[in-house]
Amino acid sequence: MSILINKDTRVITQGMTGKVGQFHTQQCKAYANGANCFVAGVNPKKAGEEFEGIPVYASVRDAKQATGATVSVIYVPPAGAAAAIDEAVEAELDLVICITEGIPVHDMIKTRYKMQGKKTLLIGPNCPGLITPDEIKIGIMPGHIHKKGRIGVVSRSGTLTYEAVGQLTALGYGQSSCVGIGGDPINGLKHIDVLRMFNDDPETDAVVMVGEIGGSDEEECARWIKNNMQKPVVGFIAGITAPPGKRMGHAGAIISGGQGGAEDKLSVMEASGIFITRNPAEMGRTMQKILKG
Amino acid sequence: MKIHEYQGKEILREFGVPTPRGAACFSVEEALSAAQQLGGKVWVVKAQIHAGGRGKGGGVKVAKSPDEVRQFAQQILGMQLVTHQTGPEGQQVRRLLIEEGADIAKEVYVGMVVDRVSQRVALLASSEGGMEIEEVAKHSPEKIHTVRIDPVAGLDVKEAARVVRAIGIPDAANAEAVKVLQGLYQAFVEKDAMLAEINPLILTADDRVVALDAKFNFDSNALYRHPEIVVMRDLDEEDPAEIEASKFDLSYISLDGDIGCLVNGAGLAMATMDIIKLYGGSPANFLDVGGGATTEKVTEAFKLMLKNPHLKAILVNIFGGIMKCDVIAEGVVAAAREVHLTVPLVVRLEGTNVDLGKKILVDSGLPIISGNDMADAAEKVVAAAREAK
Repeated sequence: MSILINKDTRVITQGMTGKVGQFHTQQCKAYANGANCFVAGVNPKKAGEEFEGIPVYASVRDAKQATGATVSVIYVPPAGAAAAIDEAVEAELDLVICITEGIPVHDMIKTRYKMQGKKTLLIGPNCPGLITPDEIKIGIMPGHIHKKGRIGVVSRSGTLTYEAVGQLTALGYGQSSCVGIGGDPINGLKHIDVLRMFNDDPETDAVVMVGEIGGSDEEECARWIKNNMQKPVVGFIAGITAPPGKRMGHAGAIISGGQGGAEDKLSVMEASGIFITRNPAEMGRTMQKILKG
Repeated sequence: MKIHEYQGKEILREFGVPTPRGAACFSVEEALSAAQQLGGKVWVVKAQIHAGGRGKGGGVKVAKSPDEVRQFAQQILGMQLVTHQTGPEGQQVRRLLIEEGADIAKEVYVGMVVDRVSQRVALLASSEGGMEIEEVAKHSPEKIHTVRIDPVAGLDVKEAARVVRAIGIPDAANAEAVKVLQGLYQAFVEKDAMLAEINPLILTADDRVVALDAKFNFDSNALYRHPEIVVMRDLDEEDPAEIEASKFDLSYISLDGDIGCLVNGAGLAMATMDIIKLYGGSPANFLDVGGGATTEKVTEAFKLMLKNPHLKAILVNIFGGIMKCDVIAEGVVAAAREVHLTVPLVVRLEGTNVDLGKKILVDSGLPIISGNDMADAAEKVVAAAREAK
């Protein structure tokens, strides 16, 4: 098993016909069961056409009706990406994964407000997506570094997630699912939401949680872990050396007003029973030590 | 993106928030004639730099005669103003704001931020005007009143009136202060701000409410729809290396160490800085080349790092996903040749096409030190930087 997605998931791609969307749709389709999973694209101007044998529909609603797909992935450029999320929510999909980087914060505030009380879950924006190895990959991560297994991975970053996955795979530890929740301040699923899912997944034995400076999501998650998590968690926070007030690439990665610092996060995580490492090269080995007892 | 106080006040006035009358000046003569035009007997001469804490650093003076206006303008224009936000080298003052003096009966703080937890805009207000909200939060958090604003309904008038009362504004000025908060919220949303502060907002002896300061920070992802904000950008206030980087779509931040870092992805870039520190070194910069780095981009990144006179070594750390290691390796080789690299270079490649990438580095004949993993690469670059000292 896995969380959120598996080989039977059917996916609509919003922004499939753009340059980025085309490239990643090809990659996702070529990974594991991808050829069966990616069943529809959306572009109101190109309805009725095909890309790589995948039919294009005028709207998410049309695509859902025609294919039964319940998940969408978004590559729409920033100015239209929040509206693309709104459309997927209106069509009552189960899950929307927004890869797009650079969406204005106020657009996301409005979109998240509209999502209140709706069934749709959001991952991202500004994220690499998620993957259940050997079954399905939805997003921009390199499929070949993953290996099927029983470790869950959740992270706010892209390449740092690959780093964690690469270390696990090199040590022989496969992954149940890997979720990139994205680096923006206003986003969908948080660490805590994904940890809950891993806790409930019978085929996940342990979790690597990768955070970064900014906000207090990791602290909130750590407090939940202390009281609820039944599986070991390895934690790393990027940005110990980041100076306050500077935005480190990700819009969410900024220490402001004395909040969101890496050391604060690490100490809360440590006090919550998370096996933290301050060395990003030791995420895999820290997990190995715990699993070998 | 940050702007100056006088520009922030222009925005506030546009949204109905009262400010003192004043004018931006670039010379002592302009300052004098601005004071004459304003009239009155008291003027405030204010240094315009983006950093906070200007008053304490000697960048804000009250003048009681035109002679004093001249004297203070002369003092402040061109000075290296050092505040707790500028760093020890300070920031040169190139612009002044000359304002009419204000009759202050009371000072309060009002501000707005994007609150990640509630995923809404939050109004913050405190009776401690003139103090930094971070300090108030640390020492007397009970004095901060917060309203998380419904994005559809907007700022609730009753809530706003309650907060205004709670921070000690008398009832006679309550309605006017509520209008200020509504104007500030409207400005915040319509201009895509990430942070807005009026500190202090003052109450005058005759119960008027006036914004004595204005601080804005805008969402750079939304600037495409705000040309009127983009023209307010003052490049003199920004790090030249960061401006140069932004031209090539590189995310770059100068730090005070001596090991340059070139990494793909913001999270991995931060982790690379962290591991350098962990192994006893000190990073010279944060540099994220992004997902689509070309040879040109990598070359520009090298040039940027090499402009730093303190640079002792460079670490390239790439986890190839979409970005293929062979492409980045070609970029590194081309860049190293073009810039005639003089400092040791450690390269760690992982991910897509890693073997091909490593072969390109070896075949280049350049003295590139190969790092097997992040730890190995960090250790090697720290050692190389030490030897270079």
